Formats: sequence, structure tokens, C-alpha cells
Amino acid sequence: MSWLSSFWRQLPMRAKVGAVLLGIFILAAIIGPLVASYAPGYQNPSPSLSLKPPSAQYLLGTTQTGQDVLSQLLTGIRLTLVLAFLVGAIATALSVLVGMTSAFLGGVWDEVLSLITNVFLVIPALPLLILLLGYLPNRGQTPTIIVLAGLGWQWGARVIRAQTLTIRNRDFIAASRESGEKTWRIILFEIMPNEVSLIAASFVNTVLYAIGASVALAFIGLADLNSWSLGTILYWAQAGQALQIGAWWWFLPPGIAVALIGTSLVLLNTGFDELGSPRLRASRGSARIAGHRVWATDPTPVLQQLIGSPGRVYAFFHSFSRSSLLDNSTAGGELG
Amino acid sequence: MSFLVRRLAFYLVAAWVALTANFFIPRAMPGNAVESIMDKFPNLQPSAYKAIEAMLGVGHPGSLWHQYTSYLDDVAHFNFGTDVTNYPASVSQVLGEAIPWTLILVGTATVISFLLGTGLGIMAGWRHGGFLDRSLPGLMFLQAIPYFFFALVLVYIFAIKLHWFPIAQGYDGETTTPGWHWNFIASALQHSLLPALTIVLTSVAGWMLQMRNVMITTIGEDYVVAAQAKGLSNHRVIFTYAARNALLPQLQGFGLALGFVVSGALVMEIVFSYPGIGLLLLNAVTSNDYPLMQAIFLVITFAVLIANLVVDLVIVLFDPRVRARGTGR
Repeated sequence: MSWLSSFWRQLPMRAKVGAVLLGIFILAAIIGPLVASYAPGYQNPSPSLSLKPPSAQYLLGTTQTGQDVLSQLLTGIRLTLVLAFLVGAIATALSVLVGMTSAFLGGVWDEVLSLITNVFLVIPALPLLILLLGYLPNRGQTPTIIVLAGLGWQWGARVIRAQTLTIRNRDFIAASRESGEKTWRIILFEIMPNEVSLIAASFVNTVLYAIGASVALAFIGLADLNSWSLGTILYWAQAGQALQIGAWWWFLPPGIAVALIGTSLVLLNTGFDELGSPRLRASRGSARIAGHRVWATDPTPVLQQLIGSPGRVYAFFHSFSRSSLLDNSTAGGELG
Repeated sequence: MSFLVRRLAFYLVAAWVALTANFFIPRAMPGNAVESIMDKFPNLQPSAYKAIEAMLGVGHPGSLWHQYTSYLDDVAHFNFGTDVTNYPASVSQVLGEAIPWTLILVGTATVISFLLGTGLGIMAGWRHGGFLDRSLPGLMFLQAIPYFFFALVLVYIFAIKLHWFPIAQGYDGETTTPGWHWNFIASALQHSLLPALTIVLTSVAGWMLQMRNVMITTIGEDYVVAAQAKGLSNHRVIFTYAARNALLPQLQGFGLALGFVVSGALVMEIVFSYPGIGLLLLNAVTSNDYPLMQAIFLVITFAVLIANLVVDLVIVLFDPRVRARGTGR
């Protein structure tokens, strides 16, 4: 496990924060439904328990029909995360397949696959998703996952193709080809290990896209509304006029959960970026050199001028003195 | 010019793919659109089946090829059929009323957000590690919030609690009617402020982060150091040397991200009940109004394609390398 701890120490701060945050939500997805005190759909019959603000018994309050918001949230995180990770896995596999095939085979294959990738990139995904899901008679999990994955692979494919193109021309690939390795072996064991970080980044991005899209789709009602996900909680909150009533405890928690999951993924990804290119790392900002703020992008300060900078009044009188004939700066000094 | 010709050809292909997908989706989907409409309205007579078929364009006589060509012909004449929900009105009429709202709101807000984000990104990249740069993680949180949820929060705070802005709608229907008079424009402006703020706040961080990253790598280039060594003013080095070159990837990103921004803005419109394309799309989805859904998909796709073409034109304007490649070397 020592490589794991050394890997952890290498990670930039942002990636660590992101990983911990995401870990909390994954934990909630695993144990959430088990520790929830009520069934998410359980409607408390007592009318006094409808639309209650947060209290000791209902930590996040209740909905219009007396359902416990916290239980809904704990159940909903699982469904949203499972869907997003499945979409991420399928779409990333697709993008690896398309990107590598396109770059490795070259020629007509490359032209055709690149064209398809670019067309998918430029056609806006959400309206097409809405159209596809709108036509589906049952809007369960599986069709949603298939449709989301089918429209989410293009970004990864583009990046992986570009990276494969540069790796393909390196000497070690030529060497393994000369030594008679089979194409699938070259792809799997020579090229793939060099792209692990890229594939991980595109997986994280696709999960981010899947969460955003699935929550938005559920919010407009294009999901299985009998299931509990973060999106469907928001749908019911909107349908129950939570906003107009002022029931902030109903629509704020699921939205904040989505935002926090999203933030953790963005942080992870920028952390990965910084790992790859150290220049992007957060620098310490400006330094103080001889009383002047100097930034990394400023030209190197010439210290001699900075140290002896006298005040304006002193310089004015000094210019009349005999010793002023010894220095060649003008009265007042430019740096004064 | 060959760069532009190639891009134009690509957009034509993309447009054709969108058109063809739009034609085949209703035919390939499991389940029958006509039957699902019949289920939705149980008081329809069975004799209405043929009428709905004709309305959706699925019951066209003739071969698939014949249907396809007549479909293309219809689209070319902006003839998307009759609307199911607003019955006597045609789909293009309904669309025509909604498009200006979305175009003005989402278009303006996106451009503002892009310019603001790029400007802030230049500053954050230049003063790497400075105040702006350190505020980025906070901005990332804003970026990760779904547009519509951020809209919900803004409405709750500024419209319901503080009463600074109207809660919903594109204009106040009780005091004014649409038209070119001051009363209406003021009302529309007042109603568009909060939606515009939502788009700007949620998307600005994305532009900023991208521009910052490109700026940081650009500033490390030798020619920037050379410019500084020549003693050029900071202002000049930032804008004419570093930012000008850093802007190119940013512009390309703008074209690709546009689909996302527009999609997010569409869902946001629903929260504000803003009378644009997004609300229309929601109504189409809830009432199974398939012709309208398809027309909206086409309109949005074409808008994004055209915007991408404009971005390409700007890139040609900015990047002499693209022009040089075009004249053939």
C-alpha cells in the first residue's frame, strides 16, 4: 500500500479535496438507503407533518405529503451516482474504442470516425436526449443509461485520438511492431498504459456530464418518476410548488448535493491536470522583494535600484548637495 | 479560403445528420407515436388515428425515400406541421413566437459571460496565484451547480424573499402587451435580469478557468519573455502578445461549449416560466407534442451550427496561420 500513500502525497490539494468529497458521497450512496429512517415514498398520514421545516425528528424537514426529505436524499444519491458511473464507464469504453481505432488505423477509417466524432461534438446533446427519451414509451433506467452513454463519448474520443496519434509515432511503438507484436497487443499493452491518466480524466468528465444531464432530464419529467434520484426529488419539489411556498428545505438539499458532487469531480479533474502539467499548479502568488510586490510573470527585479530608493523630499534636498554629483540618477528618482 | 470551405462542408454534413436523425427517430423508436397520443387522449375516436398520422407525417403514402424527400422539402419551407397542443396554430408559428425571447436572452447573456470570463481569465492567468486565481475553487462550485437549480435559488432569494425581481414570465401581462413601446421593453428587461444573471454566473467560471490555463502556458513562451525584456508595458504584453494567442483555443472551446450552455439555458427557462424555446420544449414533452419536439431539436441544432460557423469566421480573422494554410503553401 506504500505506492498508494506516496501517490496520495503527490496529489495536488485540489484533487485531495475533490477525492474526499466524492468519497463521502460514494459512502452515502452505499449505506444511505440502509440508514434512512423512513422509506423515501412513505407518506406520513398526519396532516400536521406536511411541509414541516427541519426539526430533530426530520432533519431536513418534510414534503407536502409528509415524506422525509433526508430519507429521499439518502436514497436518491445512490441512484444518481450509479447511473452516472455506469454511463461514464460505457461512454469512456466507447471513446477509447473509437479514439484508438481512428488514430491507429488511420486513412479512410480515421476520416470517417473523426467526422462522426465531430458531428456528435457539434450537435447539442440535451435536445437530442429529450427527443429520444420523449419517444421512448417507458423511461426506465436502462434506456436512459444507453441514450446518455450513446451521446456522451465524443469528447473523450477526440482527446484520446489526438494522444494516440502522437504516441503511435514514438520509437518504442515502432520497435514493438518490428519485433512482431500483434496490433491488439500493441494497443492494449504499449499504448493504453500511456493514456491511463487521459482515460481517467475523460471518465470523470463523462460522469460529470451524466449527472448534469440525468438530473436535468428528471427535472423536466423525462425519467422514471416512481424512482428516487436527486433529479426526481427536484421534479416533485417543483411540481409541489416548493419554491412558491418557500419550502427551501425541500429543493435546496438535493440541488446542493448535485452541486457538491459536481464540484468534487471538477476539483479531481483540475487536480489531474495539474499533476500532468506542473505549470498550472497554484503558485504562491507575489513575493515581496525589497518592499516591492513582484509576481512570477514580472521581469526579474534589479535589486540595486530598489534598495536605495529614497523618499521624494529627501531626494529633492539631496539633489542640491555635493554628493548628488556622484550618482547619475535624476532628482526624485524614477523609483522614488 | 479552403479552411472556410472545409468547415462549411462539415457543417452541411452535420446539418444533414441532424435532419436525417430527426427523420428516422420517430420511425425507429419502439412504440408508436400515434398510439401514445391516442392513449394520452382517451376521448379521441378511433377514426382520429389517420388524422394524427397525417399530422405527425408518419402515415405518408409512398416509399421511405419518397417520405424522406417530402420531409426535407417541408423542412426547407419551415413547414413542421400542425401543433398538437395549440391546435389550429402551426408549429412554425408557435416557434416564431418563442425564438426571439430565447435568442435575445441566451445570446446576450452567453456573450457577456464569455467576454467577462475571458477577461477575468486573462487577469487570473497573469497574476497566477493572486486573488482572482485563488477564488477559482469557489467559482468551480458555481460551475458545478445545474443551471436550473441555481435559478431556483436565485428566484427564492431575490424574487420571493426580497421582492427585487419578478418571480416568473417574460413580461408583466397585466400592465403591458408585447410591442415596440417603452412600457413593454422596460418590463421585459426587468424580467430578463434574473435569468441573464443565472446564465452569466453559472457559465463564467468555465470560460475563466479555460482562459487562465491557456494564459499560464502562453506566458511561459519565449516570445512573451522577449516582449517583456524589450521593456514593453505590461498592458501591451498582456493584450497584444499573450492574450491574443491564448484567445484562439478559447474561441474553439466557445464553439464546442455552446451546445452545453444553450441546453442549460433551456432548462433554466423552465424555472422562470420564460416564454422561450425551453418552456416550449417542456410543454411539448409533457403533452407528447412530437412535431413540436422535433422542430425544436432542429431549431436548436441549426442555431448552434450557425454560431459555430460564426466562431470559425472569427478564428480566421484572428489567426493568420489559418489564413496562410488557406491560400495554399
